[in-house]
Amino acid sequence: MKKILALVLAAIIALAVFAGCKKTDKQDVKSEGVMTYAEYMAAEIDAEVVIEAYVQAKQSWWDNKATVYTQDKDGAYFLYNMACSEADYAKLVPGTKIKVTGHKAEWAGEIEIADATFEIEDGSYIAPAFDATAVFGTDDLIKHMNEFFTVKGAVVEGMDDGAAFWYSWDNSGEDGSDLYFKVKIGENVFTFTVESYLCDATTEVYGAVKNLKVGDTIDVEGFLYWYEGANPHITKVTVK
Amino acid sequence: MIKGIKRASALALFTLMMLSALLPLAACHGSKGLPEFEVPESFDTSRQYEITFWAKNDTNITQVNIYKKAIADFEALYPNIKVNLRLYTDYGKIYNDVITNISTGTTPNVCISYPDHIATYLTGKNIVVPLDGLYTDPEYGLGGSELLFDSPRIDEVVPQYIDECAIGGVHYALPFMRSTEACYINKDLVEKLGYEIPEVLTWDFVWEVSDAAMEKDADGNFLVNGQKVMIPFIYKSTDNMMIQMLRQTGGGYSTEDGEILIFNDKTKELLYSIAEHVKKGSFSTFKISSYPGNFLNAGQCIFAIDSTAGATWMGTDANHHDIAADKIIRFETVVKPIPQFDTDDPMMISQGPSVCVFNKKDPQEVMASWLFAQFLLTNDVQIAYSQTEGYIPVTTKARESGEYLEYLSLKGADNDLHYSVKIEAAELLINNIGNTFITPVFNGSASLRDAAGTLIENVTKSVRRKETVDETYMQKLFSDVNSLYRLDQRSSEGVGRKTLGRLPGTSVALLAALAGAWVLIGTAFVFTKVKKKRKKS
Repeated sequence: MKKILALVLAAIIALAVFAGCKKTDKQDVKSEGVMTYAEYMAAEIDAEVVIEAYVQAKQSWWDNKATVYTQDKDGAYFLYNMACSEADYAKLVPGTKIKVTGHKAEWAGEIEIADATFEIEDGSYIAPAFDATAVFGTDDLIKHMNEFFTVKGAVVEGMDDGAAFWYSWDNSGEDGSDLYFKVKIGENVFTFTVESYLCDATTEVYGAVKNLKVGDTIDVEGFLYWYEGANPHITKVTVK
Repeated sequence: MIKGIKRASALALFTLMMLSALLPLAACHGSKGLPEFEVPESFDTSRQYEITFWAKNDTNITQVNIYKKAIADFEALYPNIKVNLRLYTDYGKIYNDVITNISTGTTPNVCISYPDHIATYLTGKNIVVPLDGLYTDPEYGLGGSELLFDSPRIDEVVPQYIDECAIGGVHYALPFMRSTEACYINKDLVEKLGYEIPEVLTWDFVWEVSDAAMEKDADGNFLVNGQKVMIPFIYKSTDNMMIQMLRQTGGGYSTEDGEILIFNDKTKELLYSIAEHVKKGSFSTFKISSYPGNFLNAGQCIFAIDSTAGATWMGTDANHHDIAADKIIRFETVVKPIPQFDTDDPMMISQGPSVCVFNKKDPQEVMASWLFAQFLLTNDVQIAYSQTEGYIPVTTKARESGEYLEYLSLKGADNDLHYSVKIEAAELLINNIGNTFITPVFNGSASLRDAAGTLIENVTKSVRRKETVDETYMQKLFSDVNSLYRLDQRSSEGVGRKTLGRLPGTSVALLAALAGAWVLIGTAFVFTKVKKKRKKS
């Protein structure tokens, strides 16, 4: 009997722990006065917003302003030109939890938080890459704006002159400029960007894209930035 | 196609302002600076030279190819000069890099610049070459006898554009291209609202039509375009907007020698007026919403003000688009000068790149640089580059050439080289050269320009965020912007090295005390020596 009781208790405890873990994995418990992702998305443009999110990548720091890709477990937030000292910028390593107060803004279709301030909080989270392979080319893509994503089995298409990539959108750039390349996902062709502020010419992804050949099959990872439509900022390319 | 989404770089200038404040120190640190450039008797063609040219393009491959062709053509004429091209798409980044390289003595040889930026470079000693002696040199100057190319004479460069390159009475640049701003108008929507575009556009007209466009149906669609989005009036460069509004109304901006006048009642009045229309939703800016051309081409904007050098992005048939093809609306585009307050006295800004030459230890290297800079004024370069956008050549030699006149005459023949909106934008400037102006150039004028734009951006944001814009707000705004751009900390000494004037009394007293102490120490030392000598003897 004692053994059965012990087993039942152990099972209950294990279930509770599992359930607890599961709950933590799927939801963020927000501090008082902090919006959920759904509340943030429902807020009007220009409204003041307060969110908690985790740094996933940093794009740039300049003039005490940082541009940062963040995410919680429900969605992503792009923080544009957030007030940030150089010392604090160094603390914004991937996973860092921050509470952000700013104004919701929309620039060329990109939903972001502008004129924000932030404070670092306890907690850490790295978002897994959302598999967007089947979502590219559908109306659902916009629901994942700014999220860390992956696409598997994309095929490199030629640019207008047949090259595998261009420096800048019309090839007017040079080494160090943003890289543009086209990939076919299913039946549709999309333009992807290696944003040079996010991944400069010294990064692996920059080198990988420069070595692409038309017809290569690749897996990619990146952030689903928006500029008059999807304009993904790619952070990793793996040639298969 | 994606034009350019590097919004961060546009904000670079503020930090550059901080950097530039340190420039005089950095440029002089540990060295006496470069010797003053003197025009050599002749150019030594027996030597090899390698020079660098930092060039700005509008993220435009055609412009890049024109630079490359110009370099190839120049090197064919001067095989002893190799020109290395470095490309930029942002004036702010060039400015940043030049300032950084001044401190390390690694400036480029030739560089596309704005006079405001050159004024900052001049705070270093002998950094930028004064070009007056080179302009008029009989052998190697403009139209000089020893040149291997057909250079324009000085009287074949538009005099006003030569004047725009003068800082403190000295010419530090050659003009390269000129543009102004244009208002690109969706004529169909103006007429749908019951208006006719007047010969001279006024601010009152633009505001009135814009406000009228805000009416919606029961479903929240704008009546004028049937869409959920309509921003009738979008301005790309709000610093230009404020500068031109102040100029047109006689409001203060700055004096020629750099006294800041912008924080005045006229500025406030203009900001209140802008706020009123922001509140109605009829006005926004590039920094807040995005490129005016994108909204214009989607039928979501009626008045889009941008540079004439952005004309190839404007209109249904533009050969550059950032929005999806299925979002582009067919409409008639009318190109007009910016709105005016006084239709009898139109005023608009003159802008566009100039070229400066940086000083080097070797005057022959400077000569090689000067020859290349001058080569950029030849007809081939001037005409080809001007045709890439709504620029105009800076030389009458190019402007009056058969090739250029034929180009203008073929307006509308196709939607590429002869795209009507682009040529109309260029013609707008050609017809209004006498109505253009520039703002005073001094060390700090770049910051003042940024401050002018920030006033509009902040008011626009505040109204959108439902903040109260009243007298208290304005006073705080003026104070904040004044501090942010350190306009309250700059002196009005203008360009050139600062004269420190008489030392303050306390400093004189301190120095006198120090000198006195050294005299006493010296006297004591001599006295001791003499005493010892006497003892020995």
